[in-house]
Order: sequence, then C-alpha cells, then structure tokens
Amino acid sequence: MAELNLSPNLTEPDEFYAALIESHTGLTEEESMAQNARLILLLANHIGDCDTLKQAITLARAQADEGS
Amino acid sequence: MFQDRYTLAFKLYPYAKSADQDADTPVRHPVVVVGGGPIGLATALDLGRQGIPVVLLDDHEGVGVGSRAICFSKRTLEIADRYGCGAPMLDKGVVWNVGKVFHDDRQVYDFNLLPEDGHRNPAFINLQQPYFERFLFEQIVAEQENGAPIDIRGKNRVDAMTDQGDHVTLNITTPDGPYTITADWLIACDGASSPLRAMMGLDFDGRVFQDSFLIADIRMTSKSFPTERWFWFEPWFKSGASTLLHKQPDDVWRIDFQIGWDVDRKEELKEDNIRARIDAMLGDDVEYDIVWSSIYTFQCRRMKEFRHGRVIFAGDAAHQVSPFGARGANSGMQDVDNLGWKLGLVLNGTAPETLLDSYHEERSYGADENILNSTRSTDFITPKSKISHIFRNAVLDLAEHHAFARPIVNSGRLSLPCTYDGLSLNGADDLTGGPARTRPGSPCPDAPLGDGFLLDHLGNDFVLLAINADVPAQITEDGIPIRRVALATPEDATGALAERYLGTATAAVYLIRPDQHVVARWDGFDETAVRRALRTACGKD
Repeated sequence: MAELNLSPNLTEPDEFYAALIESHTGLTEEESMAQNARLILLLANHIGDCDTLKQAITLARAQADEGS
Repeated sequence: MFQDRYTLAFKLYPYAKSADQDADTPVRHPVVVVGGGPIGLATALDLGRQGIPVVLLDDHEGVGVGSRAICFSKRTLEIADRYGCGAPMLDKGVVWNVGKVFHDDRQVYDFNLLPEDGHRNPAFINLQQPYFERFLFEQIVAEQENGAPIDIRGKNRVDAMTDQGDHVTLNITTPDGPYTITADWLIACDGASSPLRAMMGLDFDGRVFQDSFLIADIRMTSKSFPTERWFWFEPWFKSGASTLLHKQPDDVWRIDFQIGWDVDRKEELKEDNIRARIDAMLGDDVEYDIVWSSIYTFQCRRMKEFRHGRVIFAGDAAHQVSPFGARGANSGMQDVDNLGWKLGLVLNGTAPETLLDSYHEERSYGADENILNSTRSTDFITPKSKISHIFRNAVLDLAEHHAFARPIVNSGRLSLPCTYDGLSLNGADDLTGGPARTRPGSPCPDAPLGDGFLLDHLGNDFVLLAINADVPAQITEDGIPIRRVALATPEDATGALAERYLGTATAAVYLIRPDQHVVARWDGFDETAVRRALRTACGKD
C-alpha cells in the first residue's frame, strides 16, 4: 500500500495555486463545482492506487468533521 | 375465495385435485417448494432429477404475463444446461454484446462485452421471463416422463405454516377447499414479498430507493435500433431521468424510464401517457404496439439468515436487488444450483444437516456482493445529492473524451457468478502456478472439448478432474462417490483448458462440486487429500 505523501512535493507551489484559482475565473458556483469534480477525477486517475486515494479522502473529511 | 393476482402468459399446470386432499391424516412429503416462479421451478427440477420426491405449490396455474427479468447470464444458461434445458433458451434468446451509453444527446462511449472464446454459452441473452419459466417447466415434464417424482400443484395457496421443529405443517387453500400436508423440508421461493417470510415474522432489511421506473415493452419491426443495450443518462427527449432500451425476442423492445418517486401510478400507466414518453424518444413516425407496461420501485435488502431450521429461502424471497446488473433471477438460479445437491445429500443421509448452513454462508455472501454492486450502480444512475450529481456528470463529460473515465461510468455491473473465497467448504489450493480464476470456490469456466464442452462433463455429482494425471476411476468416501473425468493435453485443441485450469503447471487434479464449483486443486493425485477435501465440502469436518 502506497503511503499518501504529506511532505512538500509540488515543484512550483505558487504556480500551481495560481493556475488552480485561475481555472475558476468566470465560472458560476455550479460550474466551479463541476470544474473541481473533473479535476479530482483526473488527478485520482493519475494516482491510481485506491488505498492512497482513500487515505486522502479520509484526511480531507477529517478536517470537515473537526470543523463542525 | 380464489382470486388471481395476475393474468397468465402461459397456463401450464391447471388445478387438479390431489389424493392428499382426501387423506384422513396429512400426508408427509420430504420436500415442498412454495412458488412457481423461475426459482421454484428450477428447485423442483434440480431435486426431481436427483430422484427426490418434491411437491411444488403455486397459487396460480402457470406463468404470469410480463417480460420482467429479461437478461439471463452465462452462468444461468450453464445451470440450465446441467438441467437439460439450456439449448431452447439460447435458441430463443437474443444474444447481445454491444452497449452504448449516452448523456443528453451525445454518445459518451460504447462497449463490447467481448465474450471470451471457448464457452458454449454467450455472456448474456435477453429472453422474456415467461419463456424462461416455460422452458424450465417443459424440462420438468420431460423429467416426469422419465420418472422424476415432481408433483406441481396449481391453485394451491399456502395460507398458514407451522414450524414443528423437524418438519412443517402447511394449510393450503384450493378451489375445492382447504387441506393440510406436512413436509420435512420447505423451500420458500415465493418472491420478494414472500408470504412465508411474513408468516414467520422474519426480517427483510435494507435500503429503499426513492425512485420509480416505468417499463414499457413495445413491439416494432423498425430496423433502426440494432441488437444493443442503449442507456441514456438525462436523455435529450426528457422521457425520464435515465432510459434503457434493450432488445428481446419476437421484435419486442424493453424500455425503462426513470420517472421519479412521487408519481401517480395510475396516471403514468395510461396508454396515452406512456406513448407520449415513447414518441418523444423514438419520434412520431415510428409505429409500435405496447405489449406490456408496469411501474416498479426497488430495494436492496436481504434476510439475515436464509435458513430457519427446516425452512430455506431462495431467490427474491431471500434477497432483493435493484435491476441494474441483472442480478435478481440470475442470483436466484445460483441459489438453486447451490442448494440442490446439498439438500440431496442431506436427504439421502450421506451428509449432516449442518451442510445446509453452508447454503446460507455461500449464498448470503453472493447476495452481499450483488447488493453492493447493484447499490453502487443505482447511486450512479440516480444521484442522491447535488454533489453526487455533479460528480456523476463530471464522469460522463470526461468519459466522452478520455478513456480513463469510462470504467467509472456505471449503468449496471452485469451479473457474474460468485467465487466463494475463504468460505467453509473450500479445500486446499495446492496447484503451483494454477490460474486465479479456478481457485477453490470458483465456478468452473467452460472450455471446448472435442465436439462439446468441458462443463458437459462436470456437475450433478462430485468430479475428480485430472489433467495429465492418473486418478482412480471412482473413489467413494463415506457413501459419496467421486466420478473421474480424465483429460490430457492432446484433447485441448484450443489451449483453453490449459489456460483456465493449468496456468503454468503441466498437470493438475481438481475436486469439483455437483454445482461445478471448485473444492480444491493439487499438482497431482493424493488420495488422502482428496478424501479430506470431499469431507470438508460436505460439511463433515
């Protein structure tokens, strides 16, 4: 089982973040949700390993549960 | 007092008074099956072919109208072949391999089931359920003529059942009034709303899906729709939130419209309203007749236990799934396949009654697998929240352009037989290099053999399948015979046998159950190991 990489791994953090935000320019909230969904699916396929993906899903959800 | 609940497609077993009705004391029968649907008929056929006297009680006199379960899987056809009635099903059925998936007015992708070569049966046929039942019934008649002790009683309705511990008492109503019989074993094949389950006050828990589907079977001679499975998500013609089009024999097409939860059933079933949906889909210039229509809702649920002492539940009575994936009737046939030989051994005294607990163990495992798959399909087809709807459509949008997203599209994961991994009846997996698909617990895959197929030689009793290995012609362990099927590489012209049963090994010995599932496998013959595996498979250890 591949361990989810939680160490800094982005080659260009600022570049990535700007591109991410920029991709939502001009979209309605609904279109933004669809854009995010497509992006998640593309990235998930790139990662591939279901165990790794589930670690990421669990980790992301844990913050939502803590915040509530 | 005897009201039909539905009209018949075929009247097969008209009511005839039985001698039991005039008996002074209730007549005792080894096995009574309740319900004359596909699962009840197949159960009677399986037991009758073993020479076990079986009485089948049905509250009608034949098969009800409506195509209902139209997709029958390869495994179901293999089981029917074992019973002798697979050929007429295959002959009448429509074979299909291509499916197309649409979103709105765009084709997202198409798929081909690409069935593997070297099997007698195709991956699926479409066949109206009444034909399927009639072919089973015709085989029952053929077996009766050969002396099989099968007694089918039409218009015999079970009104009360009393569990007496080592037998049950049944109070039956007929057009000639009531009578009583007793049975050592009762097999409840009385459908999703099983009256017997209700009489026993047993649970049937699971998930209700808040959606309705309108089915219309239409007859048209149009050549514009090929023999393919077409599925629309959010179709442009707006006749439903999803729509399925599927070909059946006799120029009949099945159309399923997903029409939502709060619908006026009576209003929706008016012919004009059905035609409005169909016309929007096909265009105004296509001529057709409506053969049958119905509205259904569904649930995914199962009984906690399929066996309650001397009462055993099978088919929809025990478990219910959504229709996506053709896992209803097909899983019921696997129940029958699983139960028949076990009950046979228990009744002839060569296996302990506890063997029947493995029926629950194996078939509830199968039911869970089917419920999981059909629930996931349903959640994809009918998203339950805004975000799940967004993700679903994102998958469809991506699938149109990128192959990676296509495996996520789920318009039904089609029924495959269950492999009983890790369950109690399995023996050793001691074949070095043996293929995963024939590991213990697996249903035996078919392979060409001379003019016929491997599965013609397997089933009905225990078989020791020897490939390039010497084994005795017959072994009998504690009253249970094991029949030899010896094969060698020169008989495997296509190489399929080696690919499916040898893998990288040069020789193999398989112990195979009467339902064509693998018990155990070895590199070579070891009598002690074979005897041990047989005992395990019969619940004796």
